[in-house]
Amino acid sequence: MDEQKKDYVLLKGNEVIAKAAIRYGYDGFFGYPITPQSEVLETLAVDKPWETTGMVVLQAESEVASINMLYGAGATGKLAFTSSSSPGIALMQEGISYMAACELPGVIVSVGRGGPGLGTIQPGQADYNQAVYGGGNGDYNLIVLAPNSVQEMADCMGKAKELTFKWRVPVMILSDGVIGQMMEKVELPPFTPRRTEEEIHQQCPWATNGMGLKGRKYNYHSSLEFDPLVMEDRNHKMAEKYRKIEAEEVDYDTYKADDAEYLIVAYGISSRVSMKTVDTLREQGVKVGMLRPKTLWPFPNRILNEKAENLKCILCVEQSEGQMIKDVRLAVEGQVPVYHTGRSGGMISSPADVVDAFKAMARENISKNWPKGYWIK
Amino acid sequence: MAAPFGGRGALYMTKEELIQPENRIYGKPALMNDTPMHYCPGCSHGVVHKLVAEVIEEMGIEEDTIAICPVGCAVFAYRYLDIDWIEASHGRAPACASSVKRLWPKKLVFTYQGDGDMACIGTGEAIHAMNRGENIAMIFINNAIYGMTGGQMAPTTLMGMKTATCPYGRQADLHGYPLHITDIAVNLEGTCYVTRQAVNTVANIRKTKKAIRQAFENSLNHKGCSVVEVVSTCASGWKKTPEQANQWMTENMFPYYPLGDLKNTNE
Repeated sequence: MDEQKKDYVLLKGNEVIAKAAIRYGYDGFFGYPITPQSEVLETLAVDKPWETTGMVVLQAESEVASINMLYGAGATGKLAFTSSSSPGIALMQEGISYMAACELPGVIVSVGRGGPGLGTIQPGQADYNQAVYGGGNGDYNLIVLAPNSVQEMADCMGKAKELTFKWRVPVMILSDGVIGQMMEKVELPPFTPRRTEEEIHQQCPWATNGMGLKGRKYNYHSSLEFDPLVMEDRNHKMAEKYRKIEAEEVDYDTYKADDAEYLIVAYGISSRVSMKTVDTLREQGVKVGMLRPKTLWPFPNRILNEKAENLKCILCVEQSEGQMIKDVRLAVEGQVPVYHTGRSGGMISSPADVVDAFKAMARENISKNWPKGYWIK
Repeated sequence: MAAPFGGRGALYMTKEELIQPENRIYGKPALMNDTPMHYCPGCSHGVVHKLVAEVIEEMGIEEDTIAICPVGCAVFAYRYLDIDWIEASHGRAPACASSVKRLWPKKLVFTYQGDGDMACIGTGEAIHAMNRGENIAMIFINNAIYGMTGGQMAPTTLMGMKTATCPYGRQADLHGYPLHITDIAVNLEGTCYVTRQAVNTVANIRKTKKAIRQAFENSLNHKGCSVVEVVSTCASGWKKTPEQANQWMTENMFPYYPLGDLKNTNE
């Protein structure tokens, strides 16, 4: 394709979220400013999509209101998104649980910072548990996408749009303050028109928008059930859907992992840092590779389990005290030891930090000389 | 046809035989379905539900209505009216309605909330939706008590009034004062119509219906945010018979929450 004709721009990750949403035909944005993601709403306010595509943009009074605006939008079959950062996402958890319970579409962009509590405004990855295991109540899952570049921020907005309507599950894009704030060259997607009301009517017969009411039973969305048997049945059906998503939607990337004896597992900014680490160690003759989950839920369990057979050990790199590491351990089912490295509270490991951590891990692993099968017990 | 009154035949008449169009002087609105209501005898909710159904039917906007129900006694409102409903989380109905109306600007969007929902847990969402001038209607059932959870203190509970969580009566030093959220609504620039009504008499029911219609028309015509407070009874929560509850409301609630239009920018 002619490079000249592509829409290449140099933008921040957060700005790209806004621009990609307009171009992918999102119907609305509802959000509340918080560092380090405020550029999302700021960019939308400058671009004024309500005058072009007709996209609605509203600065809500809180994150609690934002997520409930998203709930309403999804209930009527519209494609809307919100964005926030760690403490803001914490406030949204109730609404996210309600959206999952009513099986409503919606996209939540989370640009992580250091925590817990108000934490710091510097980048962090300590919200893995918040995204994947949720702070909302009940048996539910979100599809969680993990971009590691500004380009992928744009791509994820397209992927999230597709997945959230395909499965009627809220989708979270779990990014971090680095990906949100850094500038990279990005190819913006072409403009897709927003769906017309008639298209929504055709595609979302479950939506509560009044359309065609005279020819059908009325629709409603409620997460309340007084009969526990009915509630259990609803949960079973949702669980069935989640098992299908786990079978079909796992996405990951590998880097120099084909002949690897050691594997680094990392997502988001940690994967960018770790690529450099892999290069450095490869230059020194170490057979190390990287596996990067692009979906944190569903998690790439099978590939990790298969790879573990030929590995000596795994290093999980996260800018937290270690959250994804539990999923990696579950995935490899004790075949190999799994170590963690990373900084937290708003600090980011350098590639050299990870090289050092890797060498310490390898030394310990060799010195312990774990008997075969030790980690399976 | 058997004689309508007296005689053995009348006992065996079917509903259809009994209710002949020529005999009918009163009917249930078609939008109200036959699901048995969970509301207690003497509760105002049923009457307000009926008025909402009547107004939507008379305006002919069934396919252009999106309703948002709360948490509280009206949590199951979606079971009774054949229109599309979204059941919001506790207090968040105004936020939910805000996005829905902005995304579906031609539709009537209204919330139906109780005092706990609108004036306590959802005060922030209510005030901000009003203040943004969202083109929605808000129906606010104020019965000064938490009915659903069994009669606890509400933000609108009167001074001295006894509830499960203020068993010796509401007192300022312990519980603070009743929140006049409707009076706050009057002072917000985004509201176009604020009124306080009741459904204890036929005359008041008619006035409430008129108010609901006005609020719904405001939503359709993008006039701003309308608030229709209905001072209501909660016979069970107040531990009274329906009749006593009406009397108690007239004697105690109306002096504190006087009925009438508080703001109407159309006039």
